[in-house]
Amino acid sequence: MTSLPKDTPRKLGLVIDLDTCVGCQACVIACKGWNTENYGAPLSDQDPYGADPSGTFLNRVHGYEITPDQGAAQLVHFPKSCLHCEDAPCVTVCPTGASYKRAEDGIVLVNETDCIGCGLCAWACPYGAREMDQTAGVMKKCTLCIDRIYNENLPEQDREPACVRTCPAGARHFGDLADPDSAVSQLVAERGGFDLMPEMGTKPVNKYLPPRPKDRLEETDILAPFLDPVADSPQGFLGWLDRALDRL
Amino acid sequence: MHPAPSVILFTTLSGLGFGLLIFLGLGFPPVTGWVAFVFFLIAYALSVGGLLASTFHLGHPERALKAFSQWRTSWLSREAWAAVAALVTMGLYALGAVFFGTHLVPLGWIGAALSLATIFTTSMIYTQLGSVPRWNQLLTPLHFLSAALAGGALLAGQLLVAAILLLVALMIQLGHWSVGDKRFAEAGHTIATATGLSGGQVRAFSPPHTGSNYLLREMVHVVGRKHARKLRILAALLGYGLPLVLVLVPGAGHLLGGLAILAHVVGMAASRWLFFAEAEHVVGLYYGKRG
Repeated sequence: MTSLPKDTPRKLGLVIDLDTCVGCQACVIACKGWNTENYGAPLSDQDPYGADPSGTFLNRVHGYEITPDQGAAQLVHFPKSCLHCEDAPCVTVCPTGASYKRAEDGIVLVNETDCIGCGLCAWACPYGAREMDQTAGVMKKCTLCIDRIYNENLPEQDREPACVRTCPAGARHFGDLADPDSAVSQLVAERGGFDLMPEMGTKPVNKYLPPRPKDRLEETDILAPFLDPVADSPQGFLGWLDRALDRL
Repeated sequence: MHPAPSVILFTTLSGLGFGLLIFLGLGFPPVTGWVAFVFFLIAYALSVGGLLASTFHLGHPERALKAFSQWRTSWLSREAWAAVAALVTMGLYALGAVFFGTHLVPLGWIGAALSLATIFTTSMIYTQLGSVPRWNQLLTPLHFLSAALAGGALLAGQLLVAAILLLVALMIQLGHWSVGDKRFAEAGHTIATATGLSGGQVRAFSPPHTGSNYLLREMVHVVGRKHARKLRILAALLGYGLPLVLVLVPGAGHLLGGLAILAHVVGMAASRWLFFAEAEHVVGLYYGKRG
């Protein structure tokens, strides 16, 4: 049913640390690998080795540049996947009931056998979290690795999303954001975790931790102000050339 | 948004078809027998043809029946119900008019109301999307309704009504464009709100992949906007202006009427192309592209 649950006792989601992410794309590959080999239709590629490759990905890492008024620009690696919104617009627009939000843990999923591939949910998502698989003709999205997190056949340390498990920098955290005492909630509170596009009113469960301010090179030599400034007019041969050219 | 031919055809043709059904249901013109047959044939060809065109872009058309299940939340599901209800009701009304020479007036009124409701549900599929600010405005349903009513009046040969409706529809169309042009900025979505990054000017530096993807093809369509200005003028002149002049010519017959309809269809197709091509999806912000 595409009605959204009023509230979910658990809000499973990711906390992504933009300060720590090194942009290695390991999460992208781990996600593609796990979700191609396991639950649902595989994530297909079109023309993967040709001139115009493209494919279905549930997790993509963008790069942004922040240029402050003063000082050097800063680059931020920015992984983006489904935010499992509390007020998910993708769910309510679905005409078939294929899209749904689980009442028990808030995970947003697609029942692929009910999906007619109309694409309206992808239109409704402001974040670009849903992609229609060109081969299967059904909508694909992050499942929060539902076939890992509850999978008792896996060793306990593997019962988290593939992207979190693989991240070498520890930039991705998985947990229950409804529980204020959980590690992820603590992290959000401590670091000032924020929502993407909060004005959209979607109330994302996933949170992002802001990049910390970078160190700046300060003047450390207390004698420096007393030293002669470096000559800004050229000397020697260059000086002669400069004067000669001026006279021309 | 990607201006897919299937959705342009669907919204243009089915709008006209259901618009004609509204007038036929209300008894304008009060036709029976063979004439009624031709009128209803045109109306059904357009509305059903449009609906069929819209199923072309489905990944799994064979599961289309499932789309009737979520009418409580989904405008697309409501559209499916409204369309079938309107077509069945008007089908019964058409049977009476064509074969028995009678007008089942209450049935016609209900059918007209359902046809109007179908157009409204279609418009709400687009209007509800907060992710596409240009569509997310009051004038979107008004544009769909007024355009369908004007086209329906033209097809039904109700010249005076058509003239008035064309004028109203043109005003709404111009309003939809001018309000739509400001909607993205008004909604306040920027690359800074999209990424939550602060402390300076934020710029998309590197895309996730060197190639294109579904999101860019479907929602970040920028090519179609190249001739937006010319197409707007074309849409306004052909879709509304020329038909308005033609129906006001005294003693306008089938020839001028036919020309008016033809101009209107071409103009509306241009208008609907722009409706999609000019609509910017906020996901474009993540790719450093507005829309």
